[in-house]
Amino acid sequence: MDTAITVNEVRKHYGKVQALQGLNLTIERGEFFGLLGPNGAGKSTLINIIAGLVRADDGRVAVLGHDVVNDYRRARAELGVVPQELVFDPFFTVREVLRIQAGYFGLGKENEAWLDELIDALDLTDKADSNMRSLSGGMKRRVLIAQALVHQPKVLVLDEPTAGVDVELRQTLWQFVRRLHREGMTIVLTTHYLEEAELLCDRIAIIDHGVLIALDSKRALLGKVTGARSRLSVTLAAPLTAVPAALTEMLKQQDGARLEFHLDKHHDSIMAVLDALRAAGGEVVDLQTEEADLEDIFVQLTKRGRP
Amino acid sequence: MNLRGLNTLLYKELLRFYKVWLQTLLAPIITALLYFLVFAHALEEHVQVYDGVSYTAFLIPGLIMMSIIQNAFANSSSSLIQSKITGNIVFVLLSPLSYLEFYLAFLLAAMVRGIAVGIGVCVVAVAFVELPVHSVTVLLAFALLGSAVLGSLGIIAGIWAEKFDQLAGFQNFVVLPLSFLSGVFYSIHSLPPFWQGVSHFNPFFYMIDGFRYGFFGVSDVNPWRSLGVTAVSFAVLGAITLFLLKRGYKLRH
Ligand SMILES: Nc1ncnc2c1ncn2[C@@H]1O[C@H](COP(=O)(O)OP(=O)(O)O)[C@@H](O)[C@H]1O
Ligand SMILES: [Mg+2]
Repeated sequence: MDTAITVNEVRKHYGKVQALQGLNLTIERGEFFGLLGPNGAGKSTLINIIAGLVRADDGRVAVLGHDVVNDYRRARAELGVVPQELVFDPFFTVREVLRIQAGYFGLGKENEAWLDELIDALDLTDKADSNMRSLSGGMKRRVLIAQALVHQPKVLVLDEPTAGVDVELRQTLWQFVRRLHREGMTIVLTTHYLEEAELLCDRIAIIDHGVLIALDSKRALLGKVTGARSRLSVTLAAPLTAVPAALTEMLKQQDGARLEFHLDKHHDSIMAVLDALRAAGGEVVDLQTEEADLEDIFVQLTKRGRP
Repeated sequence: MNLRGLNTLLYKELLRFYKVWLQTLLAPIITALLYFLVFAHALEEHVQVYDGVSYTAFLIPGLIMMSIIQNAFANSSSSLIQSKITGNIVFVLLSPLSYLEFYLAFLLAAMVRGIAVGIGVCVVAVAFVELPVHSVTVLLAFALLGSAVLGSLGIIAGIWAEKFDQLAGFQNFVVLPLSFLSGVFYSIHSLPPFWQGVSHFNPFFYMIDGFRYGFFGVSDVNPWRSLGVTAVSFAVLGAITLFLLKRGYKLRH
């Protein structure tokens, strides 16, 4: 069985909101998969359906071939989920929480060594016997990740694990998740930090309004846009009195003598821009072009087809 | 059956109320004791329900059973609503526990809490009055079944309620009136015929009447009938609870 997660024609609505509109997606084993999309795109809904927390109206989802509804026991045993909300049980200590979570999966004392390893790897050793209530937000987030891993799942899904997390912890978490991936775990990460997806993921899906609008390797996605768009910054010796009419369409930002253009490489050329500027009396003193990154792709794709 | 999973959830539920035993065990015992002192003092001289049974003695089984059922209900309902509101119910929902295992864990924890409070009330009460015991089996049967009925009702209420005040409403408008109007403080034979009739539709009345039979060997209605009504109540509520849990009603949206 090579497929970690199969999502087949999944639909879900909440009242009039179509959270997922017939989504299809296949995530292979061993992938580091990024699920991107603006707020309200349906990312959490999809994850919650995979996790069995939400029931789809239609379609089916399987984890390592096990249907998440009909064969939920095996599906859930293979799956670890880090929920988006920072939830915790205020009655227990970190270690109690982990033991209890492992117990739900039918694991007991034999699993204790793995729990110690998790506590250590996530830097929770000092807090192992502290009550959950007394932990900082970042610490609670780590416990949430440890809880998702108590049963050594083959597939780990993280729903915006780094939202509102400080830079240092973000780095620690990235390292940790990378390690899990190296050791063979399939990772699915949702995020709206694009640099995070760019840094970590092999393959990326972008969804918007419950529809899959892009699905490709990171390189191919970047390639698509780099081929078509680029950003040009020009600094002039002195601000122009008026930007030539031919350039107003491309002009995205004007900051005194600094002008930023977005070019479509199919019909705009850098030389034409520079010529037009010179003709208007501008003297170019500095010039920078920038390749597109995921952010551009994201903006470009999610704007398409919107009213 | 994921027995270890079930045990773990049960253990967690027991630990949850044990860690706050002042509120969950001691407080209800004191409440029952206060009822006992006030009613026994006020009515001892005036009320005689059964021949050879003092009013004080009559009162105790009802108070014990009322404590059992109110605390069984409180345990499962408050645990569920808290987990739902804080969101930590997801940890159970993410696990491979089945709806049956989920049900049994919450049910057993509620029964343990109810019966623990009941035993506490009993121990304190026998310091004041001597109580005969007619049949331990009958006592056990009603304590187990009564707490199971209310434990199930508590699960239903905890699943259904979305806010604490909805749950408080359920408690104040359903559980409290039914338990007070069930003959804890009086024999229904002392009621006007209309209210006697109404009492026969209250399942709590049968639990208390049957439980009292276990002590005195006397009761308002045939104890078999009481046992039957209590068992049927449990079967019906248990089935409803399992049905809701299987559907994921208000838990898996
Ligand atoms: N429980 C719910 N009730 C009503 N609407 C919901 C619920 N959960 C999600 N939605 C709606 O479904 C859409 C997708 O939400 P979500 O999956 O949380 O998006 P994302 O995680 O991508 O930000 C949003 O429009 C959101 O408002
Ligand atoms: Mg989300």
